[in-house]
Amino acid sequence: MLKNRIIPCLDVKNGRVVKGINFVNLKDAGDPVEQAKIYSDGGADEICFLDITASNENRDIIYDVVKRTSKKCFVPLTVGGGIRSVEDINKLLSCGADKVSINTAAVENSKVVIESSKKFGSQCIVVAIDAKKNGDKWEVFTHGGRNNSGIDALDYAKKMEENGAGELLVTSMDKDGTQEGYDIDLMTKIASRVNIPLIASGGVGNLDHLVDGIRYGNASAVLAASIFHYGKYSVKEAKEYLDLKGVPVRI
Amino acid sequence: MKVTIVDYNSGNISSVINSFEEVAKDKVNIEVTSNLDKIKSSDKLVLPGQGSFKSCVDALNNISGLIDTLNEYIINKKKPLLGICVGLQMFADVGHEEAETKGLGWISGKVSKIDNQNGKYKLPHIGWNQINIVKDSKIFKSIENNSHMYFVHSYEFIPDDKSVIAATTNYSSNIVCSIEKDNIFGTQFHPEKSDTVGLQLIKNFIKL
Repeated sequence: MLKNRIIPCLDVKNGRVVKGINFVNLKDAGDPVEQAKIYSDGGADEICFLDITASNENRDIIYDVVKRTSKKCFVPLTVGGGIRSVEDINKLLSCGADKVSINTAAVENSKVVIESSKKFGSQCIVVAIDAKKNGDKWEVFTHGGRNNSGIDALDYAKKMEENGAGELLVTSMDKDGTQEGYDIDLMTKIASRVNIPLIASGGVGNLDHLVDGIRYGNASAVLAASIFHYGKYSVKEAKEYLDLKGVPVRI
Repeated sequence: MKVTIVDYNSGNISSVINSFEEVAKDKVNIEVTSNLDKIKSSDKLVLPGQGSFKSCVDALNNISGLIDTLNEYIINKKKPLLGICVGLQMFADVGHEEAETKGLGWISGKVSKIDNQNGKYKLPHIGWNQINIVKDSKIFKSIENNSHMYFVHSYEFIPDDKSVIAATTNYSSNIVCSIEKDNIFGTQFHPEKSDTVGLQLIKNFIKL
């Protein structure tokens, strides 16, 4: 039976983890490689890096981080943030990323998803959708949530599947940072619209939210950042809890 | 000993390289090349593969003499080879991804799209699934039945002769996920991304 995945996400800025927690035995809490290793040793099913480096001249740092991580972590590694072109994707993959997550570029230039999925295979192309509710629909935002594209998120999800995305990483901007749980309505609607796996993101505050994302949101995988960063729960605790609640996970 | 990962522009193989280097440490020489002489002189070969069946077969064909060299290695010299993902699928006679494409024909059978039962199951089949070991294969030494392995694929290999099947996994149907036939080994899952269990399989292959 296919298990539901737990994906801890690390925000990385200029090669350093933003708001990393000091785990026991961790020499450097700011080192994304060490943090990723802690997560993979704890049973993380995948690791996600979101590069939030603002300046272009520091963009190369993430390549080195990915290279070093992929030599230590033998679970899938997804890297997102700042990807503009097929060449950016090529660089990340050749440094050892297994998948890339594309956000703004997928909205602005549909060719990026079409061409990269053809070139590298759909299995490594994740389209990240930042969605915000407006009336009875959700709109897709770009540039880290700053710009409203006005595009309907459900239609967009379908279009990305057709363009060759292998997975969708859906973040509710309304829920992100609230710790109130995923936007279940949004997740359910997108999951039923597409036939590719959905990764739910945004809003996790406790372990029941992970259960809900899978059970009611129909997500194949759940992504969370802060509950793991701040040491509120370990990945292992999260998986044991899901198992207890009858959600199939790899233990 | 020298283990060669065949580099034929089949997509992203850095994870395969990293995992083999991790297991080999300094004891075994891991070579990554498409050089035919180096392939011929290897003790073992790894044939990775990402993307579509057709794109991988095309990529093999693009390197002059590579398929002949592989055939010689497998059929005449009978040295061990491990195919991973599309690398395993290409063992078949024919693949049906993108267009009907002739495979390597080492193990008779075909590669078809996984039946998702009218959308009931998501495709690709992505994530960790348990394997059911059905044959006492050397590559599963010290690996427990029902271990989790990492999968990502939409197509499955259906061999004619079921006795080559080493393991299956249960998704929308029972999917063949590992093959052993004489010196030919293959996994549909990605041992390089399957944590310590996957590394154990790689270790087993290196130790063959």
